[in-house]
Amino acid sequence: MRQRAVKETVAGYGFLVPWLVGFFGLTLIPMAYSLYLSFTSYNIFSPPKWIGFDNYIRMFTSDPAFIQSAQITLIYVVVGTPITLAAALAVAMLLNYRDKGAGFFRSAFYAPSLIGGSVSVAIVWRAMFASDGPVDNGLSAIGIDLGGWIGNPALVLPAMILLAIWQFGATMVIFLAGLKQIPKELYEAAEMDGAGAWHRFRAVTLPMLSPVIFFNLLLGLIGAFQVFASAYIISNGTGGPAGMTNFITLYLYKRGFSDGQMGYAAAIAWVLLIVVAVIAFILFRTQRSWVHYAGDNR
Amino acid sequence: MSTTSFGEPAIATLENQVDATPRAPRRKVKRKTWQTVIWFIVLIAVTAVVLYPLVWLLFATFKPNSEFGSNMGLIPNAPTIDNYTKVFEGIAGVPMWRFFLNSFIIAAGSVIGVLLSSSLAAYAFARIQFKGLSVLFAAMIGTLLLPFHVVIIPQYIIFNRLDMIDTFWPLLLPKFLATEAFFVFLLVQFIRQMPRDMDEAARIDGAGHMRIFWSIILPLIKPALITCSIFAFIWAWNDFLGPLLYLTSPENYPLPIALRLYNDQTSVSDYGATVTASFIALIPVLLFFLVFQRFLVDGVATQGLKG
Repeated sequence: MRQRAVKETVAGYGFLVPWLVGFFGLTLIPMAYSLYLSFTSYNIFSPPKWIGFDNYIRMFTSDPAFIQSAQITLIYVVVGTPITLAAALAVAMLLNYRDKGAGFFRSAFYAPSLIGGSVSVAIVWRAMFASDGPVDNGLSAIGIDLGGWIGNPALVLPAMILLAIWQFGATMVIFLAGLKQIPKELYEAAEMDGAGAWHRFRAVTLPMLSPVIFFNLLLGLIGAFQVFASAYIISNGTGGPAGMTNFITLYLYKRGFSDGQMGYAAAIAWVLLIVVAVIAFILFRTQRSWVHYAGDNR
Repeated sequence: MSTTSFGEPAIATLENQVDATPRAPRRKVKRKTWQTVIWFIVLIAVTAVVLYPLVWLLFATFKPNSEFGSNMGLIPNAPTIDNYTKVFEGIAGVPMWRFFLNSFIIAAGSVIGVLLSSSLAAYAFARIQFKGLSVLFAAMIGTLLLPFHVVIIPQYIIFNRLDMIDTFWPLLLPKFLATEAFFVFLLVQFIRQMPRDMDEAARIDGAGHMRIFWSIILPLIKPALITCSIFAFIWAWNDFLGPLLYLTSPENYPLPIALRLYNDQTSVSDYGATVTASFIALIPVLLFFLVFQRFLVDGVATQGLKG
């Protein structure tokens, strides 16, 4: 049967040709090349010049704009993602509670995640949070006078985080599908044991849902690190006011493509990659302690 | 049992027979109705908040320029369709339909590329046993988590060398090479769920992989292919960074980049045109969403669950 194994291997690689070309040509080799570039000074017009770790050293010692960019990106990720997940789970549980009209609500909540990253929505968001915009007017009406959010360095990041939370729908749909798979008997058994609503949530919902929470958390964190279009549009490409929308991807774009510092931009990209990889690694390593897969008796 | 035509009394009667105290179940039913009402109100409130920005956008397209800044509320004081006429005239010497056509070519091309390349790869990962399968599959999953930005600089250099700047190729070629792992992953999940009996029977009858792929698997996974098409279309339609990097002349701009023209040039005085062009850019996506929401929502749900 050796011949058959060879045939299968040939067929397998045959089917994978487009993917293999893309994987090596547009992902793996470019990754290696960008790692190399990150140790060089390169402006696309003259050949890259090897400068060792200078880009990385400069980033952390003499580039306050990078430090700020890293800080606001972290705040955006660390604040935005858990709130989005919590909102998604809360609404999913609400929808799971009754079937009446649930299909309509599910779709209505999902719509923003489809268009949330688009330029159109960023433009709407700018209007929503402008001074005298709907949000400002609404808050003024109940006596909270914050003025416009977009031009205010203290409020523009919260406005961006709200934009992320507004797109809770896709996460919610995944939670809802997960909730539907939890056997009803578990709740009945818990109720029989006298567990209240909160206790049922802690003892049944959370553990049964933990694989889905893990999945949503992982993708949510990684996605949040990569926010770009909305920051670009809301700040007109500047990252302002006062650098408060200068997310890491926007900063990378400006350094690489506006200032022609391709080597430095590559180094920023690698720092982003390493941070994302470390977070993914930590999540995968800790999942044994909090993620329960079906059939597990832990 | 004359009350059975109405749900509530029937349930109450039934519960009366089980329960010793006759009043308790009735209260239970009442509490349930109240809970449903509150549930409904809460969800309607969430819906209103979530959909408000979109409704606002729709109404804003009918506001004259002078109203932006003075009336940011929902309803225009003096509704007009001037914005639409202005937008359709185009900007920077390029008519609006051109931006639309560019967006359409890029999005439709992306769909074709994604379907071809991702379904081939997914079939190999899901149905063929070959040496190196597990390593390559892990690599594919790895690219699912990879921040795209780590390859944009080398990719830009590659496409620059290939003289493809200011063409659609840098946007389309990656789709034909299955670089978006989301689609490969979604299709793998779907193919794995399909029963193997049919393709095994076909194999015994001497059918090769190409044949099984084409006449058995592809028809079976049609719902997943539709899901992929819709996502591929909408993502390509909304993409901003790609066209921003690769397209330099306005006649090649797709809508999101063209929107920036309205936006940059006259951020104060031509707000009406900006908002209206934004709305027009969203229409195809919203239409797709209304027609195919079932596929989209189910597609997302499947993707998350079997991860």
